[in-house]
Amino acid sequence: MNDLNRLKNALKKSGSKPEKKTATPHSSSSGGRRTEMRVRPTGPILPPSNIQGNALMVVIAIMSFLACLTFGGVSMVRATASSWESQISREITIQIKPQDGLDMDAALKKARDLALTFVGTKQGTIMDDAATARLLEPWLGAGLDLKELPVPRLVIITIDEANPPDFAGMRDLLKAEVPQAFLDDHRTWVDRLVSMAHTTVLIGMSILILVFTAMILTVIFATRGALSGNRHIVEVLHFVGAESGFVASEFQKHFLKISLKGSAAGGALAALLFASASLWQSNSLATPQSDQATALFGTFTIDFFGYLGIVATMIVIALLTTLTARFTVMRTIDEIDLIRSDPGRSDGIPSS
Amino acid sequence: MLCKRIRRRQALPSARKDPSTLAVYERSSHRHPNTNALTLDVALIHFENVGLRYGMGPEILRDLTFDIPRRSFQFLTGPSGAGKTTLLRLLFMSLQPTRGLIRMFDRDLSQIPRAELPMLRRRVGIVFQDFRLLDHLTTYENVALPLRVRGKDEASYRTDVIELLKWVGLGERINVLPPVLSGGEKQRAAIARALMDRPEILLADEPTGNVDPPMARRLLNLFLELNRLGTAVVIATHDLGLMDQVDARRMILTEGRLDIYE
Ligand SMILES: Nc1ncnc2c1ncn2[C@@H]1O[C@H](COP(=O)(O)OP(=O)(O)OP(=O)(O)O)[C@@H](O)[C@H]1O
Ligand SMILES: [Mg+2]
Repeated sequence: MNDLNRLKNALKKSGSKPEKKTATPHSSSSGGRRTEMRVRPTGPILPPSNIQGNALMVVIAIMSFLACLTFGGVSMVRATASSWESQISREITIQIKPQDGLDMDAALKKARDLALTFVGTKQGTIMDDAATARLLEPWLGAGLDLKELPVPRLVIITIDEANPPDFAGMRDLLKAEVPQAFLDDHRTWVDRLVSMAHTTVLIGMSILILVFTAMILTVIFATRGALSGNRHIVEVLHFVGAESGFVASEFQKHFLKISLKGSAAGGALAALLFASASLWQSNSLATPQSDQATALFGTFTIDFFGYLGIVATMIVIALLTTLTARFTVMRTIDEIDLIRSDPGRSDGIPSS
Repeated sequence: MLCKRIRRRQALPSARKDPSTLAVYERSSHRHPNTNALTLDVALIHFENVGLRYGMGPEILRDLTFDIPRRSFQFLTGPSGAGKTTLLRLLFMSLQPTRGLIRMFDRDLSQIPRAELPMLRRRVGIVFQDFRLLDHLTTYENVALPLRVRGKDEASYRTDVIELLKWVGLGERINVLPPVLSGGEKQRAAIARALMDRPEILLADEPTGNVDPPMARRLLNLFLELNRLGTAVVIATHDLGLMDQVDARRMILTEGRLDIYE
């Protein structure tokens, strides 16, 4: 301020020099017109929106939608799988097929007692007629007389998960003592389900990685495009003494805005989708379609943590975009700097 | 910042004098050579045997050896295509010489890490032949840009910028976008931008190329004033009329060689 006044005063003094006669229309320091000038709020150094930026925003929105969808799906599958795992492996069942001349009740008792002789079993329950009838009701209807039907009966053995019994030994013993008994430790089921769930999770993770990779590449291209499209700005910033960090942060701001908007839109869309799916499910609870869907996918409800995950995905995307943009800008600016300063390579560079 | 700088009223004679030009000695004679005391920080910029060629082309600049003393005022002239702009880019550290030594602010340029160059460039103001204003920013924002890239808060410089804009006669054009400005107004905006952070040396490439003679004279006076306040000034021009108005040092580029007339 002080300096400027000196400068100004100095100019006033020099104003008495020859050129004063030639009254230019721009009478410079025309006295102290002290009215505070209004200036618009300072705009960003990079022009805020262009077609390229909008296209990038849409791409990021789609990517984050896919990412959030994948994320939600993966967390759903994982939740379902872990519930399967914990429920099923707590029990094993012994199935006894009816046969002519077999005393079912005695066989059931015998099987249970045999099973309970093993270390690692806790409790044995014979499914009585009523329970079995209930189990079969969906298929065979109510008012069923089990005595008349060759329906297999079940013994449910609760096991100690931490210290499971010797299933193979139990199977052999049962085979010898009660030939009609069939031991189902659900292992195959559980193993298959769990490995399927794990595969699904793995596939989901790979999709996530692919989506993120595609996004990073897109952002790299977009950044390079934006840099070459705004090359004149980079040059001007260079000539007013900007450090590459400053230029990078300008571009970073630009891309942060774009990616925040894009990923918010995509994430919100995904969250909406999940919310409406779970709404549909809870509204149509107990209808056959819904039950099938539930059996297959578990509930659609992604819990609070699922939504938190979607928000996290959005943030990760925004950060990733911003970091990628920064990194790319730093590198590109370095390149531009090198080319600009090297007279041997400066063919494409404006010289003035 | 300007007032903090050491003020020595006399520009000091440059290291190189051309004995063939008698007239110029007259000019340097009215200065007070005080070389003994201040030889070390005399030169803001020192070139020694600097040569430059673009790509595989001919040497545009050959064996340039000269000083830009502190607080000096000089014209850089020569035919079109002689390499004036190229030399200004060298002075701005935006271009590296093919050979030779450049000392900026008492430091060997080849020894300075690239990351540090922006800091040195901030001590140099440059005005381009083609202005290089950003079309989407107002005159005010363009002129404030040097301060903005230095991370300063807008509130801290607003009045300074507006004052400077008034000073160069753009007080009414503060909120106008450059495409609307006339050539001369753009010129002055570009000059204001270069002056904004009180550089120690101002490099101007054809600063009067787009204005009528009275305005050219006004701009010249502006540069002279600035110089009087302690800023070294290098004006590249082929406007003979302009150079004749001031009895200043002349650096003439012809066929890659530099002749200096003090
Ligand atoms: N980036 C570049 N790559 C290759 N050649 C260049 C480059 N920049 C300038 N030149 C060449 O170097 C020579 C000097 O150019 P320069 O712009 O420095 O001249 P000048 O003295 O400023 O000319 P004018 O007075 O017309 O502005 C010209 O022949 C030009 O073609
Ligand atoms: Mg030129």
